Amino acid sequence: MWIYEKKLQYPVRIKKPNPKMAAAILSQYGGPDGELAASLRYISQRHHMPIPEAKGMLNDIGTEELAHFEMVGSMVHQLMKGATIDQIKAAGVESWYTDHDRATWPGTGTGVPFTASYIMSKGDPIADLTEDMAAEQKARATYEHLIDLADDPDVIDPLRWLREREVVHFQRFGEILNKLYEWKDSKKYF
Amino acid sequence: MMRPDQKQMLLDKIRAYEFSAAELNLYLDSHPGDQRAINDYNTFVRQIAALKNEYERLYGPLLNFGFGPNANRNQWQWIDDPWPWENN
Ligand SMILES: [Fe+2]
Repeated sequence: MWIYEKKLQYPVRIKKPNPKMAAAILSQYGGPDGELAASLRYISQRHHMPIPEAKGMLNDIGTEELAHFEMVGSMVHQLMKGATIDQIKAAGVESWYTDHDRATWPGTGTGVPFTASYIMSKGDPIADLTEDMAAEQKARATYEHLIDLADDPDVIDPLRWLREREVVHFQRFGEILNKLYEWKDSKKYF
Repeated sequence: MMRPDQKQMLLDKIRAYEFSAAELNLYLDSHPGDQRAINDYNTFVRQIAALKNEYERLYGPLLNFGFGPNANRNQWQWIDDPWPWENN
């Protein structure tokens, strides 16, 4: 089971509303390479992993991604919270306001809803871990795009931290992929 | 009332220790025989438990569902504001 801990994994303290940045960051909440997709991908794939290291890693990184989902949601919420109607119009996010007011919603800033077609669970551990490594690189690239778009240090700081985590996850998944190849070889010869 | 800066400082400390433990945890998932890392991990576990104890006694529960105490005997503290997503 999962237990909620009443704190963020890394603090998010944004003082200035910015609906345009909120719309950009929303992609890491419910978009193609976002934290929700990451978490659901790993937590689904863990069931069919053949070695303890792979089960543990997918379970634990899948759990950490949920904490990142919470951080990204907090960023979006804080960027939208005090936004005035004029700021929302100037940012061109009237369609967000029409459907959601200032609410956080799992989709992209252009209104594309979250879908399970962003993720795969193939049942082949090597294929799945290879997807996971690509997913971490795509998430890293997305955070870099967001850092390029941001100018508020309160926004850039957690984005940088989240980017770093993708680099670590990529490294850890690479170690697991090697172990899965060893596992596959050992099955062949023994 | 409690001074919020003290509360934040303690929470930041818990966060830092928990982060180190999480990093070691992921590392150990792929290096389960690394004795030094296990030792470091267990050291963090003890420090985190002590810090969380102190935090929950002073400021209310970090965990619910039976994993953290409600120190106030008259009032359910779990729902106290602020929640983590609220900037404060
Ligand atoms: Fe990740």
